[in-house]
Order: sequence, then C-alpha cells, then structure tokens
Amino acid sequence: MATVTPLAPAAAPRAARGSEARRHRARQGILGWLFSAPYLVFVGVIFAFPLGFAVYMSAHDYFFTAPGVNVNRPFVGMRNYVQALTDPAVRRSFYNVLVFLLINVTLTVVLSLVLATLLNQVIHARAFLRVSFYLPYLTASVALVGVWLFLFSGTGLVNQLLGPLAPNPSWLVNEQLAMPSIALYVTWKGMGFYILLYLAALQNVGKELYEAAATDGASRWQAFWNVTVPGVRSATVLVLLLATITGANLFTEPYLLTGGGGPNGASTSPVLIMYQQGIQQGKPGYAAAIGVLLVVLTLGIAFLQNWLGRERDS
Amino acid sequence: MNGRAKVLAVAVGFGLVLAGCSSGGGGASAQTSAVQARGPISIWYSNNEQELAWGKAMVEAWNTAHPEEKIEGQEIPAGKSSEEVIGAAITAGTAPCLVFNTAPSAVGQFQRQGGLVNLATFPDGASYIEGRTGEAAKQYKAEDGGYYQLPWKANPVMIFYNKDMFKKAGLDAEKPDLSTYQKFLDAARKIKSSGAAKYAINPAPTSEFFQAQFDFMPLYSAESGGKQIVVDRKATFNDAAGLAAATFWKTIYAEGLAGKEPVQGDAFGTKVSAMSIVGPWAISAYKGKINWGAVAVPTSAGKPAAETYTFSDAKNVGLYTACKNQATAWDVLKFATSEEQDGNLLTKTGQMPMRANLQQAYPDFFTKNPAYTQFGDQAARMVEVPGGPHTVEMLQALRDAYTKAVVSGEGDLQQALNEAADKVTTLAGQ
Repeated sequence: MATVTPLAPAAAPRAARGSEARRHRARQGILGWLFSAPYLVFVGVIFAFPLGFAVYMSAHDYFFTAPGVNVNRPFVGMRNYVQALTDPAVRRSFYNVLVFLLINVTLTVVLSLVLATLLNQVIHARAFLRVSFYLPYLTASVALVGVWLFLFSGTGLVNQLLGPLAPNPSWLVNEQLAMPSIALYVTWKGMGFYILLYLAALQNVGKELYEAAATDGASRWQAFWNVTVPGVRSATVLVLLLATITGANLFTEPYLLTGGGGPNGASTSPVLIMYQQGIQQGKPGYAAAIGVLLVVLTLGIAFLQNWLGRERDS
Repeated sequence: MNGRAKVLAVAVGFGLVLAGCSSGGGGASAQTSAVQARGPISIWYSNNEQELAWGKAMVEAWNTAHPEEKIEGQEIPAGKSSEEVIGAAITAGTAPCLVFNTAPSAVGQFQRQGGLVNLATFPDGASYIEGRTGEAAKQYKAEDGGYYQLPWKANPVMIFYNKDMFKKAGLDAEKPDLSTYQKFLDAARKIKSSGAAKYAINPAPTSEFFQAQFDFMPLYSAESGGKQIVVDRKATFNDAAGLAAATFWKTIYAEGLAGKEPVQGDAFGTKVSAMSIVGPWAISAYKGKINWGAVAVPTSAGKPAAETYTFSDAKNVGLYTACKNQATAWDVLKFATSEEQDGNLLTKTGQMPMRANLQQAYPDFFTKNPAYTQFGDQAARMVEVPGGPHTVEMLQALRDAYTKAVVSGEGDLQQALNEAADKVTTLAGQ
C-alpha cells in the first residue's frame, strides 16, 4: 500500500517558488530565442544551408541546370572525395596553401603586433601613419596586383635593386618563390586591418604594468615580451583565426598575379581549383568535395590555434 | 544529441530537403509552346566598341520593321568571363533569347545544362546554318546531330608583325619569309639580338585553358593540315605534327625569344614584342598605332599560305531555353546573320562572318580593304575546338602539360603530350 507523506509546512511555499522560477526561466528562454532568431536565421540561410547543400552536392554527380530541366544527378557517395584526395593537382594546391598560411599567418601576427606597438607610441603623424597602413587593405586587389607585378616582374624594381642577387627565374614564375611572393603580397595588403585590431587591444594593456616593469629594470624588449605579448593574447588568437580563414580562401592573388596558379601549379590554391572545376569545367559536385575538405582542414587548424592560444590557469 | 548538434542537424536537413526539391520537371510543354511563340525578346552582345555599334544598328533596323516583336539589346553583363555570366544566367533562368558572343568551347556545357535550344528543331534550322556556313558548319554540329549554336563570325589567327621593328632588325618588312619554323626562329633571333624588341613574339605563357587556342592550336592546325585536337573521340595532338609544333614553341621559350612572365596589357600593342598571333579584330585596334603586316602561321616544311590552316577564334550565337518567344528569336537570328547584316558586321568590325564564299559575297569590301583579304582567304581554312561538355577540361589538360613541358621546358615533351592526350581521350570517351 502506497503511503502519502504530507508536505512539511515550509515545503508548499518552496514548491510554489520553484514553479514560479521555472516559469520565469521558460519566459527568459523564449525571449532569448526571440532575440537570437534574426541571427539564427542569418546563420541558417547564409552559412548552414549552403554548407549543407555543398555536402549534398559533393556526394552526387551534380551539375547546374536551367530551371525546369529534369536531369539525373546520381548519388556517388565518397567518389568525389576519393578523386580529390588522389588528384595530384588538388594535393598540390593544399600543400601550396599550407605553405602560404605558414608564411602569411606568421608574418601577419608578428609584423602587425610589432607595428601596432610602434604606432601606439607614435605621437606625431599618428593618423597619417595609421591610414597609410590601412590603405592597401581598402584598395581593390585587382588594382594593387598591377603595382606588385611592376615591382616583382623580371625587370621590375625589386630585381633591379637586387642586381645579380635577383632570382632566376624571377619571383612570380619561379616554382619555389611564387607562393612565398603571393604570401608576402597578401600579408602587406591585409596588415592594416590586423594592426587596427592590435591597436584596439593595446589600449587595454594597463600603463601601470609597463611602469612596474620599468621599475623592475626591464628593457624595452623585456617589457614587450612580458607585458605586451601576454596583454594582447586574445587579440592574437583572433588575428590567427581570421588570417587563417581568409588565407585558406586564397583565390584572387594566384588568379591575377601568377596567371591562374602558375608556374606549373606552384601557386594554385584549393579555391582556384574549385573555380576551375566547378565553374569553368562544369563539375560543381567535385568542386564542392574540395570545398568540404578545405572547410575541415581550416576548422582543424583554427581549433588547434584556439587551443594553443587560449589562456590556461597555472 | 546536444543543442548545437540538433541545430546543425536541422539546418543540414533543411538544406537537403530544399536541395531535393530544387530540380523540378514540367519544362517540356513550356518549351514546346515557347518554340512557336512570338513577341518581344532580349539579346546580349559583346561590349567592344565596334560590335556594340553593329549590335545597336542591327537592333534598330529590326525594331523599325517589327514593332510588335521588339528586341531589347544590351551588353553582356560584366563578369570574369562571358561564359561564366551566361552559365549563371542559364542556371537562374535569366538568360536572354540570344547571345551574340557564345564561345564554342562553352556550348557543350550549356547544352548539358539544358540552356540551349537545338536550332535544328526549327523547320529550316539545319538547312539555314549549312546553307550559310557551308562545309565548315560540320565542326559545330553536336553528337546528337543538332545545332546548339549558329556559327557566326571568326577571327582566323595569323602572325602580325611590326614592320618598323623588322626593318630595325634588318629583316624584309614588306614580304618577310616566316613560313618555316627555321626561318621564323632565325627572324626571331635577329629581332632579339638587334634589340628591335624585347621579345620576338609573346603569347600569354599562363595556365588558363583558353590560352592553348593562341599558341599551340594554330600551329598544330597548320602542321597537321587542318586536324582538330580530338578526332573520333581520340586525342590527336601527340602525333608528329603536335610534337613539331610544341618543339617550335619550346625553342622560342628556351632561347628567350618569348617571355615566360605575363605582360600587362597587349605585348604587341605596347611594342614589347615584334610579332603577335591574333585575328583580324586587331586591325582596327592597331590602326594608326603600329605599322603592321600579317603572314600565315609557320609550319615545319613551309606550306604555302593558301594551304595553311589555323585556329578560328570563332564566336557564335546561341538561342537560350529561357526565351519565351523563340519563334521571334529564330527570325531575329536569321535577320542578324543575313547577307546584309553580315556585310555590316564585316564593315564595322573587320571580323569574318562564317559564310561560305566570303570573299565572293563582299567583293567591294575586300577590294577597298586589301588588308583584310588574307584574313578572308584564311577564313576558308579554320579549325575549331572539339565539341561536347568536356571541352574546357580537355583544353586545361593540354594547357597544363604545355606550360610545364614547353614554357618551363621541364621533362620529356613527347611524354607530356602523351599523358595529356590520354587524359583528353578519356574525357572524350565519357
């Protein structure tokens, strides 16, 4: 026989309070979803749907058709992925982009932080200098590529300055130097944006820390290494992530600077191959498979950077 | 499953459902009625000054005579290339009725997309095309026997040369003998060593698929006596003629007679090079700027110009399935390629309408403009890219091998051609 234990005198108000708290939390939850809805819809439509569709395309012999045209797009499973992973041109492009990221991301982080630190200490012509660094970022790559070609062509200014030390074949037609040259260009072009990020972060590093370091007899280098670098750690993680993601999507520069990924594929990027395969050659399913692989690679690198860069309790 | 995973799963599922719904049917009956429908139509034409003038005049002439079936003409929207813009328009269902700038290399893909109307389905379709273009029309016939493009105009590529630079190099500027590979190379060496120009000739050394049409293909067409790079679904260019043409270009690059770096702008127009390989559209571009002459592309044995083939660099007209008034569009297409309009095109642009007996059709033009006569003659011997949905892929395979083995001079040339030919044959068989 079941027994019913009567509630203690104080339990009834507690239960009522608990029920009210649950209702409050539910109301807050609904409100939260309502406030989040515009962004969730944005993410769903702009990111999740295309990503899901790309995964769908990559598993089919997909191609674009005119509206109303009935065609068979058979399911091919992992065939596009296997083809991509065994295609020497695709593998080369992933290798190229890793080389690019290694140079571009490293240079971006180091130079942006150093230049931002120097700019932060400048008193005269501060606005002029900041605009000067930011200008290439704002200018269309198509326009800047012309300048870069003028500088780095066989008879360009750089080679004239280098004289007998100029590489042969020249920078952009040299299999070893084409991708590093592109990485250098992209670093230069994007640096203004990253300098701004670091400048913002530097405003949050307390002056008293530098004063304390000076009191302890720290040199400028020691103050930079022990105060500035840890002080902008969160900005560094952001710069790493942004530079990696934008760098992995490299397209315009090899398309324009090296005439479609030359010489001999030394500067092709996965996105350039996706463009060739998906748009020019009419194989968007295969291009989507390369794109999904690129997303996985980029997420992997970004996760690693986030994990390495996050602050840990000692 | 946690919250994030649920959201992702819903989003992906939503995407897959939409994707599944995206291919609908019911297009066949709409197409049947569109073929017979009449009314206003839209057309796109190229944006260069001369073609724009021709296009506007043609539209005006049609609209004056057909107020109930007016044409709305506009330049092809800007994009990385016309083919990408047209491909996107087909997918979106926003393609115009006619595009007077359809590249033969893209036609196979547009056909596969269901974007092009088979012109042979019009009662007089095939007979009109074959009557106008003659034997050359066969190169534009699809495997199913249909015509998904109307061969419109060509720019048979020849060797343009700068007479002043040739004089400076001590070469005959009026009738230079560039007919054999050896004579061409000798002339090129003189140009380089005399300092008349930085480069003797400077075709784009870059990796884009279409560049093959302006270095290897013209010389292969000439050397092989008019052979396409694919015949009966088999690549041909790894034969003796292909090796000879590729070896010629390899020598040009190895001796620095052409640049391995892309030049900004037109190397011949900016006098960086003394020769160029280009079609008659360039005549108006160089008029008053360069004292030029033109000869046929070279062959190993020095074939006479009257027997030399070359690449067509043709641009054709496609009638697109998005068109609601296709009967009107077909009439406009015939009007725009009539003898009168072809004459206007020839006069305004200097480009060769793809008509049988071109020079006989417009004797006055060729008498008054002798510079065009050799291009008119060359228009009778042109080779086109292979047809089908894999044309771009085939040209890219050829180009990749070419840039490595010829421009960079890496590896064994015959082996590179064989490997590219194997890829192309595989694609041609699909």
